[in-house]
Amino acid sequence: MLRSFSLAGLLLALTTAASAAPELLNASFDVARPFYKAYNAAFAAEWKRRTGIEPKLNVSHGGSTKQARSVIDGLEADVVTMNSPLDIDAIAARGLIAKDWPSRFPHAASPSWSAILFVVRKGNPKGIRDWGDLVKPGVSLVIPNPKTSGNGRYSYLAAWQYARTRPGGSDDSARAFVKALFAQVPVLDTGGRGASSTFAQRGAGDVLLTFESEITLLREEFPAAGFEVVVPSLTVRADNPVAVVDAVAARHGSEALARAYLDYHYSPQGQALFAEHGVRPADAAVLKAHAARFPTLTVFTIEQGFGSWAQAQSQHFADGAVFDQIIARR
Amino acid sequence: MTATALPRPRRARRTLPGLTPTLGFTIFYLGLIVLIPLAGVFFRASGLGLDGIWKVISDERVLAALKLSFGAAAIAAVLNAVFGSIVAWVFVRYEFPGKRLLDAVIDLPFALPTAVAGIALTALYSESGWIGSVLAQAGIKVAYTPLGVIVAMTFIGLPFVVRTVEPVLKEVERDLEEAAATLGAHRLTTVLRVIAPAVFPSLVTGFALAFARAVGEYGSVIFIAGNFPMVSEIAPLLIIIKLEEFDYQGATAVAATMLVLSFLLLLAINLLQARARRKS
Amino acid sequence: MSGTVDVSPGQRERLPFEPLKQTNSVINEPPYVRWLLIATAVGFLALFLLLPLLSVFVEALRKGFGPYFESFADPETLAAIQLTVLAAAIAVPLNLVFGLCAAWAITKFEFRGKQFLITLIDLPFSVSPVVAGLIFVLIFGAQGWAQPFVGDHVGKVLFATPGIVLATVFVTFPFIARELIPLMQEQGTEDEQAALSLGATGWQTFTRVTLPNIKWALLYGVLLCNARAMGEFGAVSVVSGHIRGLTNTMPLHIEILYNEYQFVSAFAVASLLALLALVTLALKSFLEWRYADQLAATRRH
Repeated sequence: MLRSFSLAGLLLALTTAASAAPELLNASFDVARPFYKAYNAAFAAEWKRRTGIEPKLNVSHGGSTKQARSVIDGLEADVVTMNSPLDIDAIAARGLIAKDWPSRFPHAASPSWSAILFVVRKGNPKGIRDWGDLVKPGVSLVIPNPKTSGNGRYSYLAAWQYARTRPGGSDDSARAFVKALFAQVPVLDTGGRGASSTFAQRGAGDVLLTFESEITLLREEFPAAGFEVVVPSLTVRADNPVAVVDAVAARHGSEALARAYLDYHYSPQGQALFAEHGVRPADAAVLKAHAARFPTLTVFTIEQGFGSWAQAQSQHFADGAVFDQIIARR
Repeated sequence: MTATALPRPRRARRTLPGLTPTLGFTIFYLGLIVLIPLAGVFFRASGLGLDGIWKVISDERVLAALKLSFGAAAIAAVLNAVFGSIVAWVFVRYEFPGKRLLDAVIDLPFALPTAVAGIALTALYSESGWIGSVLAQAGIKVAYTPLGVIVAMTFIGLPFVVRTVEPVLKEVERDLEEAAATLGAHRLTTVLRVIAPAVFPSLVTGFALAFARAVGEYGSVIFIAGNFPMVSEIAPLLIIIKLEEFDYQGATAVAATMLVLSFLLLLAINLLQARARRKS
Repeated sequence: MSGTVDVSPGQRERLPFEPLKQTNSVINEPPYVRWLLIATAVGFLALFLLLPLLSVFVEALRKGFGPYFESFADPETLAAIQLTVLAAAIAVPLNLVFGLCAAWAITKFEFRGKQFLITLIDLPFSVSPVVAGLIFVLIFGAQGWAQPFVGDHVGKVLFATPGIVLATVFVTFPFIARELIPLMQEQGTEDEQAALSLGATGWQTFTRVTLPNIKWALLYGVLLCNARAMGEFGAVSVVSGHIRGLTNTMPLHIEILYNEYQFVSAFAVASLLALLALVTLALKSFLEWRYADQLAATRRH
């Protein structure tokens, strides 16, 4: 017992002791792991060059919404890097981040973006070309849960917008289309990465809907599987916004480092790093320079399609909203 | 079972020392680690009021999840009770090659992290897996169906029945069996009349533990379940989903409901077991 | 009695007071029944235990031993192993003391509400790991009810090591008590009362009479508690914050590696936990075998 208590004491001392090297925690979304592995190394070198001290950069990954919840519950992240503004808004609503966070960095504080595309199996045996093909009989889809994952939400909204903008389309036809779409989904993973594993490793489903960056990685990790990408006629632009968690950074005294860490996303090196990881850089010139990697897309933004993220959330994903309704009556 | 056949030593109350400190510490530690934290769940859920809690749990998706968690756990516990008893019997009474090895790996489900168990089971039982591909030919799908939930729950509950029944089975007096046999009882009758009653209380304990563990299981189930609302979504996952939607009260309402249901079931089974023990 | 010894037929025959045990055919089943039962048991275990275990090692060694061992050189993996060991090193002794106290109070005395108390002790079993994590978020989260005090006077709990330790203690809470209670109930109190009437103190009675009687169950309980403490996923996942190298335990690190498509590393770390379990269980079997004579000699019947 005594030993346990002294251990606990020691442990507390260890966790609360201030360390000499400047430290920073980035709470990020699930599929951004490979990017931040490379990015942190690059930024640490840059910061050392500027100040002579190598910072300790910690990172925590998880479903975007889960990460936001952790920060609200007290995960002491100095910065957050998410895949939808909704999650940063949720943190801002609790007063941890200034409400005007989108205006603090260029491009509405989104240094990069991605889009929802389709992955199909080798040779595209089901002949998938566009959204309409997904609801054909016998096509099985893998989409993560829209209630817990950014990928799922974007996929759902993209499908909705596609159906609504068809000739003669309406909210009703969109609803019917999305309902038919989710009727073809046998597995609802909680996060984007889980969905990738289900598709690639478990061999479930004919089509996986996920971010372009995730597809790039998937094809690199499973070269033998011969996965093919299908670019639909319309898809959604998924911004990856960033913000300093002001309340935490102020407590840690890490504002300067946090700010510089996020600023570096916009530097030529940062933008190029995005491109290398299959994430579209916000800087149009850099994107153009890597055009070979990125097929031309027709995209809409959430603001264009649904007014705002808050509206999309309350109309579609809140408790008892459209998504719950179409799932319940399946 | 001579020890239990003796009358309950009521006089023990006076002779043995240490009731106050041990019971005191037990209640203190139980309160600190378990009861006070759990009370927090009810405190938080009570913010909704009974109407609010009812509204949350009467939602058809929540009901479906609770039904799946408790139903699949019950089936898994029954499977474990049946096969676990057979395993315990075989371990105690027979000799065969590899017995020691099997005996040692029984506890594996305790040690293997649930997430790893989930990944391994999914790999085995999915249509491309060793077992799943065989079952697929018979038209049976396990992974991503409620059947997968039962498989995962059976796995994690497996050691409970074996480990509670095994020691008691070893203690069963063979003299009694012999006596029954020499009196002309059929072997099956002996097993049912002499051995089964002696083993029954421990079997109930094992069943209850396997059931209780399976109801709340999360890590291994979410990989293999498919997690589709109304079909293969378990209650703990729904709690996580509600948490991730910042619906703390909804999450705590489901959590509190699960707690009350499991507590009542456990209490009932413990009482049943106490009665069986008194009888034997 | 602590009858966890596996007494083989040969040994049985050597016991002078238990003659003709296995040789009496009237209390044995016909061979076909025996083989059927053995086949059922082995088949069930193979399907649900051996194949999953095997698949962990097959995956871990898919690329050979080199990559397998390289997995453990990663500093983040080492940090995860350290944290896991630390959490178990705190949780197991705490629950050991609790288990002994609870078992003593429950089995050696009669009092009202005993079944109720046992049920409360069982409760953490049936509490979903997810809920176990949730309760500590409700207490120590930024909006938690204890946080204003704890945050100022004690330090960080949630998303730090203390939170992980607390969740581990909670989840493994009943293991040792649960292992001891049925056995000590079975044993009754005569031995202790005899010792007391011979003039032993309460403590002497406990250490010299009770403890030797329950040591195998106690050991098994500790091993089980330890294994579960190291393998816990759900509860720890909710309170950890998943900061690499800081608050990742082994199971969480396995999930991360798996999600990064580092399957060999993921299953290598998993195999470490499986190996740990196998080694401790082998140790238990060995001890039982080594002290079988001594145990047989202390048998009461």
